[in-house]
Amino acid sequence: MPVTTLVSYSVQRVEVMDVDGEVDASLMPALSPERITALYEVMVLTRVFDERMLKLQRQGRLGTFARVAGQEGAHVGAAFALADEDWMVPAFREAGAFLLRGMKMENFLQYWGGDERGNVFPEGVRMLPASIPVGTHMLHAAGLGWAMKKKGERSAVLTVFGEGATSEGDFSEAMNFAAVFQCPVVFFCQNNQWAISVPYHKQSQACTVAQKALGYGMPGTQVDGNDVFAVYKTVSDALENARNGGGPALIEAHTYRVTDHTTADDARRYREDAEVEEWRERDPIERLSRYMKKNGLLDDAGETAVREGAVAKVVEAVTAFELMEPPPPEEVFAHVFAEITPPLAEQRDRLLRRLEGRE
Amino acid sequence: MGTETVSTKTMTYAQAICDGLAVEMRRDPDVYVVGEDVGMFGGGLGVTLGLLEEFGPRRVRDTPLSETAIVGHAVGAAAAGLRPVAEIMFDDFLGIVMDELGNQAAKARYMFGGKVKIPMVLRASCGAGIRAAAQHSQSLEAWCAHVPGLKTVAPSTPADAKGLIIAAIRDNNPVVFLEHKILLGVTGDVPEGEYIVPLGKAAIKRKGDDVTLVTWSAMVPQAERAAELLAEQGVSAEVIDLRTIVPLDKEAILESVAKTHRLVIVHEAVRTGGFGGEIAALVADEGFDLLDSPIKRVTAPDTPVPFSPVLEDAYLPGAENIAAAVLELM
Ligand SMILES: Cc1ncc(C[n+]2csc(CCOP(=O)(O)OP(=O)(O)O)c2C)c(N)n1
Ligand SMILES: [Mg+2]
Repeated sequence: MPVTTLVSYSVQRVEVMDVDGEVDASLMPALSPERITALYEVMVLTRVFDERMLKLQRQGRLGTFARVAGQEGAHVGAAFALADEDWMVPAFREAGAFLLRGMKMENFLQYWGGDERGNVFPEGVRMLPASIPVGTHMLHAAGLGWAMKKKGERSAVLTVFGEGATSEGDFSEAMNFAAVFQCPVVFFCQNNQWAISVPYHKQSQACTVAQKALGYGMPGTQVDGNDVFAVYKTVSDALENARNGGGPALIEAHTYRVTDHTTADDARRYREDAEVEEWRERDPIERLSRYMKKNGLLDDAGETAVREGAVAKVVEAVTAFELMEPPPPEEVFAHVFAEITPPLAEQRDRLLRRLEGRE
Repeated sequence: MGTETVSTKTMTYAQAICDGLAVEMRRDPDVYVVGEDVGMFGGGLGVTLGLLEEFGPRRVRDTPLSETAIVGHAVGAAAAGLRPVAEIMFDDFLGIVMDELGNQAAKARYMFGGKVKIPMVLRASCGAGIRAAAQHSQSLEAWCAHVPGLKTVAPSTPADAKGLIIAAIRDNNPVVFLEHKILLGVTGDVPEGEYIVPLGKAAIKRKGDDVTLVTWSAMVPQAERAAELLAEQGVSAEVIDLRTIVPLDKEAILESVAKTHRLVIVHEAVRTGGFGGEIAALVADEGFDLLDSPIKRVTAPDTPVPFSPVLEDAYLPGAENIAAAVLELM
């Protein structure tokens, strides 16, 4: 009665570009200089936008939101790999992906300023709104993938979530569903090492998130999440495989939340500054700019110009946002059902009468 | 309804809950606090701040991010004799844990012939008013009340919050404890030490003769303010704070209506299927002859809670709406 090994596994980590901007040519994805410049511009725009949103929040002009600074390499790199026909199903820490997918900055501000009308995407953009409840959206991604397959569309779904979300049952259920039905879904985990105050080693005993894929019968890969080329390449390959009927994949972007959890948090209460500083040195935007400078795609003047261009766009969006009127009271009732029901219409009319009476 | 304690201390509603937790943890080593970020972070909305320092990580335990595991493990741990006080950050996540809570915790004693007890408390923040949008602002006490075997508590003052959390921990049944977000920072005098407010006893917040206002949680201060507005118009309102939804103190309601002959029920939860309907049905059934006018409800409309500050303010019932509803009856 021998003991045999039925399954053994190894988990691969992909790195294409080091901290100094040197790349491994054999792994470098095929990206034209124009595309690399475009990628860089979105990453910078995301950073500038995030910084401006923080200011607006501190001035009381925006509500609580989750910052993305330091994670541009991960979620922008992943979203950059999407085709227009693909779907994206985000969590709540992917501002750059929203911009990349065609969400207007002023509408993004409108939403986080507390106006649900800001969640309306331009026509044809295949993206679901942010999911603040942690984890539930991964199941929607499995369902979207199932629908793509059933309709015979050659498109895939990218869903993004944090490592904390992998502890919810929804993660296991979505992964298993997508694998069993071979849905074209790429599960992309931004493992930023923290779920509010809980560090990864208290979230999971698995040394990587990527290895969890094995249990569901799909490939799992870790990438350096601050290396935008590694992210782009790995996600592109997985999306293309999914579009071609090759089934789902799990990708773990190993990154770090250098910011507080949200604007309502102070992370110094529960973690050491030294750890944060160490990760700041691996900044994904600086790394890409080093690569671009070494390869003649960017110089100091160009770097300043990109930043100034981003600031100008953000300022314009903030101005547009500030001109927006708050929603009228009937909006409370506007989208509860496809057609308002008679009892609800009665409640609406009563509320409107009451508000008018007060004025 | 306190014990002999006389000395009091001024603290917030959040601190009062924490004080109650600490009192019980000192008294009973089987009591422990568990949930996402309850340790160093101090809980989703800061209620458990300071407990980790006193009781250590084994009794103030941060968990992986799974509400199902938080509540499900508590069912098992409670069956084994511990007294878990589990936290889910928002009552909106009741949907995630409803099987563990409603189908497991609430039914275990019944289905096992009374041999199993599940003395657990599930704490969650509830309610609107902090611009937290549709998925983090609901008042879901009626969901819990609809499950036999569950007790449901929703305090409105710091002292009640402390007295009721202690009673909830000592109770041998699963208890859902709903902490309203906008009350967390409200201060009040709180008795020190082992102060108990029994489950199932309402509080008469203000005596009156013309109308009974039955309410709970964050609508209690609104009803009290409405009573003041009404007093200016010569209407004397009695304000009853239920404090506990299940078990319901129906005597307190019927006795008051016997005196005032009018009933207005006020809750923040949406109207349809809200617990106000249950109270109205009770009084229509057992107190019909006491009434001089129809029973009225003042509630939120049947929509999700809007994100917009302007809309959220218009959506929430307030003192003026309550006073207006009463005046319609007079
Ligand atoms: C179901 C649910 N539980 C808890 C929360 C509160 N919460 C919001 S974000 C968060 C941590 C998420 O961590 P992770 O998934 O790693 O994402 P990150 O914030 O690091 O991007 C928690 C616990 C929530 N929004 N939804
Ligand atoms: Mg995280």
